[in-house]
Parts: sequence; C-alpha cells; structure tokens
Amino acid sequence: MTTRPASPSAPRRGLGRSHGGLAWPVAVLAVIALAVLVLPLVALVVRAPWGELGDLLTRRSVLEALVLSLGTAIVATGVCLVLGVPLAALLARAAAWPSPARRLLRAAVTVPLVLPPVVGGIALLLLLGRRGLLGGLLEDLFGITVPFTTGAVVIAQVFVALPFLVFAVEGALRSTDRRTELAAATLGASRWQVFRHVTLPLVAPGVAAGAVLCFTRALGEFGATITFAGSLPGVTRTLPIASYLAMQTDPDEAIALALLLLAVSVGVLLLLRDRWLPGVRG
Amino acid sequence: MTRADRPSSAEPPPGAPQPERRGRREPAADRPALHADVTITRGTHRVEAAFDAVPGHPLAVIGPNGAGKSTLLAAIAGLVPIDSGSVRIGDRDVDRLPPERRRIGVLFQDYVLFPHLTVRDNVAFAARMRGSRHAARAAAEPWLERYGLVPLADRLPAELSGGQAQRVALARALAAEPEVLLLDEPMSALDVELRHEMRAELARHVREFGGATVVVTHSRADAAALADRVLVLEDGRVTQRGTLAELGAAPATAYVRRMLATPDDDER
Repeated sequence: MTTRPASPSAPRRGLGRSHGGLAWPVAVLAVIALAVLVLPLVALVVRAPWGELGDLLTRRSVLEALVLSLGTAIVATGVCLVLGVPLAALLARAAAWPSPARRLLRAAVTVPLVLPPVVGGIALLLLLGRRGLLGGLLEDLFGITVPFTTGAVVIAQVFVALPFLVFAVEGALRSTDRRTELAAATLGASRWQVFRHVTLPLVAPGVAAGAVLCFTRALGEFGATITFAGSLPGVTRTLPIASYLAMQTDPDEAIALALLLLAVSVGVLLLLRDRWLPGVRG
Repeated sequence: MTRADRPSSAEPPPGAPQPERRGRREPAADRPALHADVTITRGTHRVEAAFDAVPGHPLAVIGPNGAGKSTLLAAIAGLVPIDSGSVRIGDRDVDRLPPERRRIGVLFQDYVLFPHLTVRDNVAFAARMRGSRHAARAAAEPWLERYGLVPLADRLPAELSGGQAQRVALARALAAEPEVLLLDEPMSALDVELRHEMRAELARHVREFGGATVVVTHSRADAAALADRVLVLEDGRVTQRGTLAELGAAPATAYVRRMLATPDDDER
C-alpha cells in the first residue's frame, strides 16, 4: 500500500480488478462451487432420453405420480398458508414475550427445519401410526387410519414445509410498521379487519415467497413421505419416490421423472419471480 | 388547495350515496367536548394530566421532547392503556372502549398512510370497514374533492410530497367522522419551508372540523396557529395552562419562558 490512486475518484486499475478483485483461491473455489451446483443439472439435461421422452412421460405410472405430486403439494401449501400465517403472526408478536417462552416457540418451528426428513417420518408414525400416541385413539374413535394414505403424504409435506412459510411470513411481519395497524384501529377497523385489510396485504410478498418455498419443498419431499406414507402407486407414490424406485428398474423413466420435477420447480420460480420474488430476479 | 376553499356544503357527485353529515359541519355547540383525566405509566415514565377540550376551541399540549405528550395522545385514542382515570366524549365513557369504537380521529406524526392503498382507498378506509369497496369509494369522493386530492386519487403514498401526505392523512381521519380529533406533531414531518403554508391550511381544516381538537406540539408557532388554549406538559406533569398571551404574561417555568422566547425553525 505504498502507491495510492491520484484522486479518490480516479478509476482503479490493475490485476486485482480483472476478476472482480477476488484473491485467486477465492475465485477458484467459487467456480468449483458453481460447478457443483450446475454440472449435475447439465448432466441430467444432456443424458436425458429426449427421443423417448414423449412416450416415457405419458406412461400411466408417470402421470399418476405427477398428478399425485402436484395435488398433494398444492393441498399441503394451502394447509401451510392457513396454519402458517397465524403461527407467523404469533411468532412475530412473541418478540415481546419473556425469553424462555419465546425461545421454546421459536425452537418448535426451527427443529423440523433442520431435522432429517426421515426422522420426521418416523416421528409422525409414532404419533399417528396404529399404535401411535394419537393414531390408536383416531382408529378406535373414528375408524381413521392415517399412515400409508394420500392424507399421510400431505401431512408429511406440511411437516417439512411449514417452517419455510412461517419464517418467510414472520420476517415480513417484523419489517412492517406496527403503527399502520394502530392507524387502522383509530379508523374503526376491528382486530380482524386490521389483519385482513392492513397486515395481510402488507406482508403479501412475504406470504407469496413463503408459499413458493413451501410448494417446492413439499413437491420434493421424499424421506418423511416414504417413511410415513409408503410407496403405493397412485396413492402415496409421489414423483421423487417414483423416480427413485424407477432408477433400479428403468433408468430412462427415472430420468424422465427427474426432468419433470426439475421443470415444475423451475416453472414455479419463473412464474412467480417477477411478481413476488424480486430477490431471485437476475 | 383552492378546492379546499370551496363551500363546505359541496354536494357529493350525482349517484353517490348521500353521506350523513358529510361535507356539512354542525354548529360547535352540538358537538361533544372531550374530558380527559388520566394517569399513564410507560416504563419508568409517568404521565398525569387532566383537561377538557371544547368544540371550536382547539387545545395545544406543548412541552419539551420526552415530556409524555405523544403518550398522552395515544392513551386518549386508546392505543396505550391508562392506569387510572377517565376519558369521556360528551357523556360517553370511552376509556374502556377499544380504539375502533371511540370515534377519535388521529393525525399521526408522520401520517402513517397505508402504503399499499391508493390515496382514494386511504381516504375510503373508514367507510370500507363499514361497507363494500364500491360504497366506500363513493363515500370518499366528496372528501377527495374537499381536500383537493382528486388529481392524486390514484397515487400511492410513496408518490406524495409531505404536504400532500398530510392532506391525505387528515382527509382519511376526518372521513371517519370522528367526534374528537387528535394531532400529533402535525408539522414535524414537513420541510421547514413548507410549514408556514401548511400550518395555515391545517388551521383552516381544523376550524372546519369544528369538533373537540387536541394538538400535541413542541412548537409555539403550531400552538399559536392551530389552538386557542395551551396546556404545558413537562416531565409528565401539567405545569401551566392558559392562552399563549397568559403564558407570556406570567411564565410558570423556565421551559415556558424559553419556549416563548425561542423562534421556531421556520420563523427565523
């Protein structure tokens, strides 16, 4: 640092600027990281059996899995919205609570986020399985068996996806100006009307971003689903499970299923990014 | 601004539902007074004040920063709880009512418009809480005209100047037809150059409103323009009350003397 630019506004030149001012080890590692993210997808697209794709994608097993996956992921996202927005509101409000209660509440939402999904599936079985904490009761009282049904797929997806929505909405809630809610109250709005007409519209971008995360997470759900719901064709065999199983018997079908998942995920992102997800716009 | 000078009996556009009382002001005598006698604790601060605000005679609550003026206002509006005392409007006890049922309008310090709603929908907000979107927009129309907001009706708050935002906030508050109007440091969010002009306009709107009005300020110019009586609040206690002339004749505290002697920002 013996030489300095002639003036602070003079453009800086030199080796350091040629690759964005990064030290070369950092630049190399960044490129490797990018390769880790991109190359597998390139391989998937390059090696896909494009010629037979039409046939593969119209197979009954593929269509069944697609319909089941889209249907359950949409329902799970809906459930997450209905339950998750209020939980986010509670969490945002809990910022003023005494610390142990606040931390417990936050942990309850965070743990499923970091939990391996298979563990979630086992936990759900122990709650809702035939000999589970609630499952026995449900079966005795109402004759309802939850595991290995389409409902179980949705429950597994909600379990893994709900925290994504809750944290997205909570972040949006925390950054809104509480005084707009007070202003609404002085204008005659009841608590529900404040929520409906002020709070909710103000956090709508956060809700939408959370719903997208939630949907893609639900769509890709594998571990909790296969543990808790099994793999019954047309009932609980979602796209990721069908793809995994096909890999052992018919790799081409597995690749087609994987492409389908990729297309749906990217499609959702493209569909919503301009309107709701400024963060992922290039 | 010239539009706001139109006679206050301006008719709503044809087809709009005739709003009750809207656009017309009753004689001040028909409107209820505000009686407040409250004690509020916020953290380590305590605010105690008792006063009446009579229709047609706006009251200024003046005091140094941190004296508890805004807390007092929030308590009257029902936005912070009171420890003890009462808030009455006419013979209506409102201190146990939630803010939405008190019929107290508030002009917030930096206006707090709804950022996701257009000017029209901001002004229509109170009516929207009681009816359909269509009816609320129709009901907002005379208010937009009265406050010269028709050309701005489709803008979002982020696209307004400070003076325009103040006008929208006032129209929004008065369109709810409150019985009492509270103004919290109404000039502090405006550029100094704008204050003089906006103060005269605000004073005219407050007069037209005609109901019991309390304005919180630390500015003598605000008190002089907007109110005809003053209550001095220092460190949570009332230290003097009267007209500005009475305060000037016998200032009760060092703060009052200093406040009366110091020119406001926009008067230098």
